[in-house]
Amino acid sequence: MDELIEILKDIHPDVDYETATDLVDGKILDSFDIISLVSEIADKFDVVVSAEHMIPENFNSAQALWDLIQRLEDEE
Amino acid sequence: MLFTSYAFIGFLFLLVALYYVLPKKAQWPLLLLGSYVFYYFAGWKFLFYILAVTLITYVAGLLISRNKKSADARFSEMKELDKSGSASPEEVGKEARKKFKENEKSRRRRIMAIGITLALLILAVVKYTNFTIYNINGILSAFHAPKRINFLTIALPTGISFYTFQAVSYVIDVYRDRHEAQTNFFKYALFVSFFPQLVQGPISRYGDLSKELYSPHSFSGRTMERGFQRVLWGYFKKLVIADRILPAVNTMIDTPENFKGAYVFLVMMFYALELYADFTGGIDITIGIAEMLGIPVKENFERPFFSKNIAEYWRRWHITMGTWFTDYIFYPISVSGPMLKLSKWSRKHLGEKVGKRLPVYLASFIVWFTTGIWHGASWNFIVWGLGNFVVIMISQELEPLYRKFHKKVNTDGSTVYKTFQVGRTILIMSALRLFDCYRNVPLTFKMFGTMFATWNWNTLGNGTLLQLGISRADYVILAIGTILLIVVSMFARSGSVRDKLEKKLPMPGRWILFTVLLLLILVFGAYGQGYDASQFIYNQF
Repeated sequence: MDELIEILKDIHPDVDYETATDLVDGKILDSFDIISLVSEIADKFDVVVSAEHMIPENFNSAQALWDLIQRLEDEE
Repeated sequence: MLFTSYAFIGFLFLLVALYYVLPKKAQWPLLLLGSYVFYYFAGWKFLFYILAVTLITYVAGLLISRNKKSADARFSEMKELDKSGSASPEEVGKEARKKFKENEKSRRRRIMAIGITLALLILAVVKYTNFTIYNINGILSAFHAPKRINFLTIALPTGISFYTFQAVSYVIDVYRDRHEAQTNFFKYALFVSFFPQLVQGPISRYGDLSKELYSPHSFSGRTMERGFQRVLWGYFKKLVIADRILPAVNTMIDTPENFKGAYVFLVMMFYALELYADFTGGIDITIGIAEMLGIPVKENFERPFFSKNIAEYWRRWHITMGTWFTDYIFYPISVSGPMLKLSKWSRKHLGEKVGKRLPVYLASFIVWFTTGIWHGASWNFIVWGLGNFVVIMISQELEPLYRKFHKKVNTDGSTVYKTFQVGRTILIMSALRLFDCYRNVPLTFKMFGTMFATWNWNTLGNGTLLQLGISRADYVILAIGTILLIVVSMFARSGSVRDKLEKKLPMPGRWILFTVLLLLILVFGAYGQGYDASQFIYNQF
């Protein structure tokens, strides 16, 4: 989880990712950020987040994103 | 049957009356029938296209859903067999199950690909054949070849760009397991053809629209009133503003040699107003009608001209088209295997900065090219789309510079700075829209150039404005209408204007207000002798 927060901080340093729950709905992350994020996640965690996982619910909070990574790792 | 025709008003009145009088289980079949009657009036031949797109995507959705169900059942069965040890691990073990799952998924992917390719092929043939021929002829002429290909006579079926996209999103969403396929062909046909949004969107998703579309609805005075209010506001925008300013825009763009310099700026501003009033007005009518039927349809605009930059503008203008392109083109391309490989390669060879941007920019380029050509089969629209791409990329690249500027100059909460941003958005977007107006791309650039080269602002006051096809009274009505538009938009910043009216103004007051609005439309709407309530701009896309 810490590694993920680090990636997120790289994108927007001023967001409190521990508490934020509306990263997409609140327009903090835009589609460009999401693509950078997916590419970083592929590098660091070796999981592929495909287009079908790209729904706001999976990206609205660091926790939701972490859960998605876990799910994808389990599927591997 | 245009929304602005008397026939449509009659059709709508009859349909809404029947909708609430007939038994509830007849409501969705009535809507289907109504939608096909509505579309029949657009041209009976067009019915074949919509039926073909419906049938193709219906079958694709059904096959994908069936495969998913049987694959899931087989997968669970394999798991059970593996647990109980009654079959060999080669057949039902973890590896075998993984392979099975992957195989089935790629089977579903193939069905999806065939389904959407066929549906898009219809769109491509009717919309882009002549454009392709035009370009081939251009190449032939460049090489001085004597031969030319004749253009085909294919009429573009009304709304095909909208309903095809809606049907394609349905197939992809079934594949992505967002919802199950609709097994009832007629119910699915209603989703594709739902008449209020058939000709100019919004492009709804099955997951959002389906539940309310098929469920029974009881008559509610409140819903009816709110829907009616929204419809009236839409007619006001369309008939009082858009159609009134239309003759002036047409005069200036039809004879561009007579209207250079300051008049190009006028075209920019007038067309921006016309398009906004036309398209948002049409969508207001759509959403209002759906509301009268008890069916909520997603909003397509969020006061776009109040955006701080172009990227934000595109999140607030034609929202359902923007999210369609993001979900079904931008994301799949940018996270596809080849793109991730390209990203890795470019990071290694071209540096972290370029590597990070390359896939995003490449995907954005494709999205904007497609957005352009989706709007119309002409280079004007392609260049317009790519113009948007360039502006967004520049503002993305300038981001660090902006950050530096904001560190030095505090603009937080500054009204002046906000106004500057909004003004910039309006100017850039209106300038790009010139590609919608002039005959071809070189002419558009030339006319844009005259804004700086031909200094004729002083002629604006010499009576030329009154020779554009609209009178002094028209200007006054337009000015008042535009002010009203802006005021309502300002009120809408903190939530729905209709909600506020409902809370603050008792029923009789609201009815008086809306009767006044109705009278304004009847008196000041641009129709009748000398005027022809014109087609909505987006109907042609």
